[in-house]
Order: sequence, then structure tokens, then C-alpha cells
Amino acid sequence: MTEPILDITGLNKSFGPVHVLHDVDFAVRAGEVTALVGDNGAGKSTLVKCVAGIYGTDSGRVRFRGEEVHIRGPKDAADLGIEVVYQDLALADNLDIVQNMFLGRERGSAWLLDEANMEQAARETLASLSVRTVKSVRTPVSALSGGQRQTVAIAKSVLWDSKVVLLDEPTAALGVAQTRQVLDLVRRLAEQGLGVVLISHNMADVFEVADRIAVLYLGRMAAEVHTKDVTHGQVVELITAGRSGDIGLARPENAVL
Amino acid sequence: MTAVKAPAPEQQAGGGLVTAVKGRLQQLLAFASLLVIYAFFSFASPYFFSYGNFTAILFSTVVIGTLAIGTTFVIIAGGIDLSIGTGMALCAVMSGVFLTKLGLPLALGVPAAILFGGLMGLINGINVALLKIPPFIATLAMMLVAEGLALVLSDSAPIYFNNVPGYTDISTGNLIPGVEFPNAVLILLAVALMAGLLLTKSVLGRYTYSIGSNEEATALSGIDVRRWKIAIYCFAGLFIGLAGVMISARLGSAQPATGMGYELQAIAAVVIGGTSLSGGKGSIVGTLIGALIISVLNNGLQIMSIPQEWQNVILGCVILVAVYTDRIRKKEA
Repeated sequence: MTEPILDITGLNKSFGPVHVLHDVDFAVRAGEVTALVGDNGAGKSTLVKCVAGIYGTDSGRVRFRGEEVHIRGPKDAADLGIEVVYQDLALADNLDIVQNMFLGRERGSAWLLDEANMEQAARETLASLSVRTVKSVRTPVSALSGGQRQTVAIAKSVLWDSKVVLLDEPTAALGVAQTRQVLDLVRRLAEQGLGVVLISHNMADVFEVADRIAVLYLGRMAAEVHTKDVTHGQVVELITAGRSGDIGLARPENAVL
Repeated sequence: MTAVKAPAPEQQAGGGLVTAVKGRLQQLLAFASLLVIYAFFSFASPYFFSYGNFTAILFSTVVIGTLAIGTTFVIIAGGIDLSIGTGMALCAVMSGVFLTKLGLPLALGVPAAILFGGLMGLINGINVALLKIPPFIATLAMMLVAEGLALVLSDSAPIYFNNVPGYTDISTGNLIPGVEFPNAVLILLAVALMAGLLLTKSVLGRYTYSIGSNEEATALSGIDVRRWKIAIYCFAGLFIGLAGVMISARLGSAQPATGMGYELQAIAAVVIGGTSLSGGKGSIVGTLIGALIISVLNNGLQIMSIPQEWQNVILGCVILVAVYTDRIRKKEA
């Protein structure tokens, strides 16, 4: 078993009186895809935003590559090499692919950006991910299809020598062929040695690409299991009831909500 | 390089080449309209087509053009600045205060007046970015403040620059020996070039587009949107200051009550030039063409002795047509 690259223990997060995350433990391993599943309101997006530094946490420890770290803002997360691809895709429509991929981390001087260098790097990154659906890296993002936009957003996240990439429902709005492309891309990220977290509602997607499945149930981590050890049915039970046979949370009557 | 590389059209996604042409369509249309209007007046009036009138048109574009260039940044970033007109009058008054009342030398007083414009922009930026006041309201308030301050600081009377040697040369002098080409136009072209380069080549320009295009995405990319918004308003403020210097140098006096109305002409120039009021799109070249269209119209209609009232009606219609073609184009896209 490999040492997790990102290891979260005892994470708590409340919004006012609403306790969203209860003592959540969550680990991400390099070279693996960890699926983060759970029903609506289970706390998946909240957990991701805590890791990304968008939300502060109430308590809990975050260890990155074995060292304890404090993520106080998106910048801290980015500096560690943690990147998030958001569900509503943080892309600027009027900018082209290169400009989007380098947004916030432009190369060259502040007065004269090195466009040739960025264009080259963008091409290389897309090529390393075997992305062939995008014809020109100077196409404005507004002219791209949903799958291509997702591809650009993912490519943006790996451009930075990132170590951990969190994908928030990357296939939610895509058709069959585009979902195929994005899942292949997700697999390739892990093969390149990144720790990949995939948030998804789609069990087929999860079982296809994930090495492990972490199930959130009402803000608690119900289970973290190897994909090969469980069935679709068990995961669905974990999502809807928080337990399935021997795995999962203790019986509800014993749990303190 | 930012040069548009004609990419192979991609059926499913609309195609890069088509997009590139569409992206410039409003600019091309504006430029074609400018030529058509220019040709029309050349035939309609025997007095219109001459070198003298050509430079006169350029000369009369300087103030609106300068204001419009700064405003282009603000509008591309998804904001608006209504304070540029009266702000310009205030900066003209400040130039008068610095040069005549405080007796600063030209080399100090002029930059000070320009920086004063930057200060106004800074306050606009802080109001918009930090205090989250909608740009329309924040700059409307600044418009009133500037209008009042200009009158207060000048005792409601023009400040004359008779005792400041060389001041009017800033605008009306001829730097190029032997050629009748006013300095004001050279200055406009120089700042337009600088602004154009900044908008397309620098980080400031890149973030101006990205903030106007998707502010949330820009913030999620680790960019301090508030700081850059303040920088953009502040930068646009420098153009307010410069316009104040240019207009007072042209007139030989600072007129405290002349600013109102310039902001709308400048915004009209920006919009005619293809910059989207919803942000994320626009160019300095387009803005210059827009400002020229307004000048050519004003000049040509005056030469043809069309009453001022009708000139405004025609200008209003031109703005509507410009925005309307932009809408049609968006629908097609």
C-alpha cells in the first residue's frame, strides 16, 4: 500500500449552525483515481472546496507528502500542487485555450507576455494527455464543445506540475463520446503519477476509472474501499443508507447526528 | 505571438477561422462605415475633403479619443465609468491650480494633473472593487463630486493659462517641423499605441479581458480580482487626467463646467468600436475608429450647416445601428 500523497484526518466544517462535515478522513494516493461519491448534500463539494482552500476548516489535519500543511487560500493549495477542476468550469469564454490554461500564471514579463512559449507549452501538455480533439490552441473557449471545454479545464490543471487534481463531476453535462474522452483523460492523469479525485454521480463512470471509492453520507465518511472489493449495489447502499452489510457507518440509532 | 493563426475550421465547434473573422467583424464594419461616411461628406460638401479639415477632424478627436481609450479598459473589464467627463473638467481645473495658482513648472504640473486623474480612478476602483458599489452608481457619484469640486476649486470661473508659457503648445504646437500636424494628435496616437500594446501584450490587458469575461473564473485562477479592478480604474483615470490637460491646453483655459456629456460621447465611441458593454471583448483600434466616426459626423454635419439638434439625433441613431449590428452578430454566433 502506498503512502497517501494527500491525507486528511478529522476534518470538520460548519456553516453557521449547519454541521456539514463530521470528522472526515480522506486520503488521495499518487497514481490512483479515488472516486468521491455521495448523495446531494452529502458534503462532496464542501470537502473539495476545503481541500482547495476556498473554505476554511473548523478543525482537522491535512498532511501533504507526509508533512502537515495549512491551506488558507486557493493560492496555498495551488502552491502545493493541488488543482481543482470545477463543475461550472472556471474558464473565461472570451479568452482562447492558451490564455485560459495560463490564466493567473502567465509566462514572460508582466509588460510583455511570452505568447510563443505559452502556446508551445499548451500544445505539449495537450499532446502529453493525447488530446487530439482540439484543432487550434488559439480557438476561443466560447467556440468549444462541452467535452472540449472539460478537456481544456483538465489540461489547465495539470500544466502546473500538479500533484493532486480534484475533478468535480467532469462528465455531468457530457454526451457518450465526450464522456469517453474525459474518462480516458482522467485515467491518463493517474498513469502520469498524479493523485486524482473524481467526484461523480455516475456509478458506471466510477467503476470504470476509480481504484478506490470514498463514500460520503450526510457529512461523514461512510467507507473508503477498493473498487474491486465492492459491487454497484453495495456502493449505492452506502450512498443512500451509509452502510452496507459489514462496511459503512454504525447503525443510525448509534450515530450522533 | 497573438497574431491569429488561421486554424483548420472545425465543424462541430464553429471553427477557428470563422471565429477569428467574426471577432473582427465589428471592427471591420466600423472601419467600413468610417470610410463610407468620409466619402459621403467628401461628395456632399466641397469644403469637407482637404488636408486642413482632415487634421481638424483628428484634432477634434483627441479629447473624446483619450477618454474613450481609458474607458475601453474599464468596459472590457465589465465595468463602466461615468465620471470621465466631469472628471476631465476637474483635472483641467487642477492643472490650472497646479500651474497658475501654485506656480509649479510645466514638467511638474502637467504630470500632477494626470496623476490626479489616476487618483480619481483609484477612488472609483476602491468603491467598485472593495466596497462592492455597482460601477454605474460609484462612478455616477464620482461624476457629481468631480463636477462640484471643479466649480469650487475654480470659484466657478475659467482659469486661464496666459502666464504659463508653452502650455497651449502641448495641444496646438507642431512637434514635426514644417508640417501642419498638431501635437495633440501625436499624443493621442502615442497613448493609443501604448494602450493597445498593454491591452494585448501585458498582464494588465490579459486580466482586463478575463475579469470582464468571467470574474469568478479569474478569481479561481488565483488572480486577485479586486486589486486588478482597482488597477484598471486607476489606469483609466490617468486618461481622464490626460484629457483634462489636452482640453485645457487646446482652449488655453480650464473651463470648470464643460465636462458633462463627454462621458457619453466617449462611451459611444467605445461601443461603436465594437467593445461589448457586457465585458470581455473590445479593442483600442475599434475605439479609435469609433471616436473618429463621431468626429467625422460632427465635423461633416457642421460643414453642411446641419443644426446642432439634428447632429445629436443622427449621432444617436448611429449608436443604435452600431449596437444593433453587434446584437445581430451575437445571435448568429
